[in-house]
Amino acid sequence: MKKFVWTRKKKSSVGDKVFTIVNTVILTIFVIITLYPILNTLAISFNDGTDALRGGIYLWPRLFTWKNYQTIIHKQNLLTATEISILRTVIATVVQLFVTALLSYVLSRKNFIFRKQISLLYVLTMYVNGGLIPTFMLYKSLGLTNSFWVYIIPGMVSAFNMLVIRTYMVGLPDSLQESAEIDGAGHFTIFLRIIVPLCKPVFATIALFIAVYQWNSWFDTMLYNRMRGEFTTLQYELMKLLSSVTNNSSNAETMKQASNQVTPASIRAAATIITSLPIVCLYPFLQRYFVTGLTIGGVKE
Amino acid sequence: MEVTKKRKQNVINDKGPKISWREIRKQKELILLSIPFVIYALVFYYAPLGGWIMAFQNYKPKGGLLHSQFVGLAKFKTLFSNDVFIRVIRNTLCMGVINLVLSFVFSIGLAILLNEVRNKRGKKFVQTVSYLPHFLSWIIVTGIVLDVLSLETGIINQALVALHILNKPINWLAYPKFFWLIVGFANVWKETGWGSIIYLASITSINPDLYEAASIDGAGRLQKIFHITLPGIKPTIFILLLINVGNVLNAGFEVQYLLGNGLVQSVSQTIDIYVLKYGISMGDYSIGTAAGIFKSLVSIVIIFLANKAAKMAGEERLF
Repeated sequence: MKKFVWTRKKKSSVGDKVFTIVNTVILTIFVIITLYPILNTLAISFNDGTDALRGGIYLWPRLFTWKNYQTIIHKQNLLTATEISILRTVIATVVQLFVTALLSYVLSRKNFIFRKQISLLYVLTMYVNGGLIPTFMLYKSLGLTNSFWVYIIPGMVSAFNMLVIRTYMVGLPDSLQESAEIDGAGHFTIFLRIIVPLCKPVFATIALFIAVYQWNSWFDTMLYNRMRGEFTTLQYELMKLLSSVTNNSSNAETMKQASNQVTPASIRAAATIITSLPIVCLYPFLQRYFVTGLTIGGVKE
Repeated sequence: MEVTKKRKQNVINDKGPKISWREIRKQKELILLSIPFVIYALVFYYAPLGGWIMAFQNYKPKGGLLHSQFVGLAKFKTLFSNDVFIRVIRNTLCMGVINLVLSFVFSIGLAILLNEVRNKRGKKFVQTVSYLPHFLSWIIVTGIVLDVLSLETGIINQALVALHILNKPINWLAYPKFFWLIVGFANVWKETGWGSIIYLASITSINPDLYEAASIDGAGRLQKIFHITLPGIKPTIFILLLINVGNVLNAGFEVQYLLGNGLVQSVSQTIDIYVLKYGISMGDYSIGTAAGIFKSLVSIVIIFLANKAAKMAGEERLF
């Protein structure tokens, strides 16, 4: 670990002090700009909906209520959507991580004769793809539309994740694998027994990437599972709430709900908080892996 | 000593064994393992490329790919004589470039400022906060953008009115002239912290002696930033620039789709939204596919040109 320790001089210069102050001010503003909108949404989610329309709610609810959250819990489609979101996130993360790691292992073997060709086959997918419509038709012909599996099977192997994992694997000492090979271990054994335990940091990072991506997806729901209510995801339902807020802020439904002390806007605030909660809780724990796990400096073949 | 050094270099330069029957037999386990991956790539990534034929046909779902009338480049001609599509290309490019520039400037800036923070806990706190928006979905982020810019209750309008910069609140999302910047700053809000990780990592690998030497020469902190830190992370900046330049045309679908409205349609529609609208919603598969092909081809050309330029300049390159 090389680390630079600032050598503190006995008297720091004026320029130095000015720099520190300016830096602190800029970063404080940055933190406020990042946090305020989220805290504001939190406050609105706990505020009476009709009251919130008057504005002036900043960091604290003015008329505290659980009503917004209660309304969401009583909406049946939001509950099933939550189940689907959790299910897709868990299954996709496990499957994608395992499959991508296996490919990364194969492509991290320096003497593998088709290493270059298969790497290129996948790296090209980051830049070339059939596009929305041919992909849509492929999924349709494979029977993936109107099914849960459209969330899992496409994108099972991602070139970018493969590159990150492979870079990490290439960095592991060769001698470990060589000695296992001499002991007669097959590739599956080497992969499971030696590589996987050593790759925990990078796996944690990639698992987080996949999980967040899956949890946040809505476009695939809109495209492939719009017709089937039972497979819609939480984000998609949130999207529908969002568009109902932007498009008809003064229509009859809003008025009806307004008499109920909840408004589409206050429900959306509550749904936003619920949707982002798992991520906000999870990511600080995985944070320590980010920097060590994510070194794409070795993207170059 | 000499020998081991030589051997090590050999290992690094070794491109792996040549393809031969002997090697294939020796590596059959690895080959078997990789077969499903090759099939997967061919089916899920390369088979859709076959669908590109649609762009050269007057595709009718009834006839399918095999029995639709072949029309050559007619669909592309229609596309490029269409004012809407030309505008869509402009929108995609402009927003792509704005996003690219803003995200580079802000991420590198944040990384440098964070690196100068001496208080460890403060630094950690700022970092943790800065990553948060990256993990929120665009649905949530656009919802937040709408709240912040809202006419009656938005903080921006309230602040600007209170400071007497504005006389009365503005409906920001109703003016085409603001849209690109709103999208750009929504991106900045979401990704700056995340983008800075890679630069911070690369700053920590700069040789500390350089800073020592500069201090002795009497360099101030700003001078150190400009003469040591920035040149030190130049390779990282270049490689990320290369990766992202190829994605300029991909920059943006979700934000534009979610923030766009009838009033700003002329500046908010991107190629992807166009494809979705004409291709899937209106069922004109041929036109939608042609637009998609155009986007892919331009991306490829950009990435190869950028790689070539990097090679000529002697910088890091992708392949």
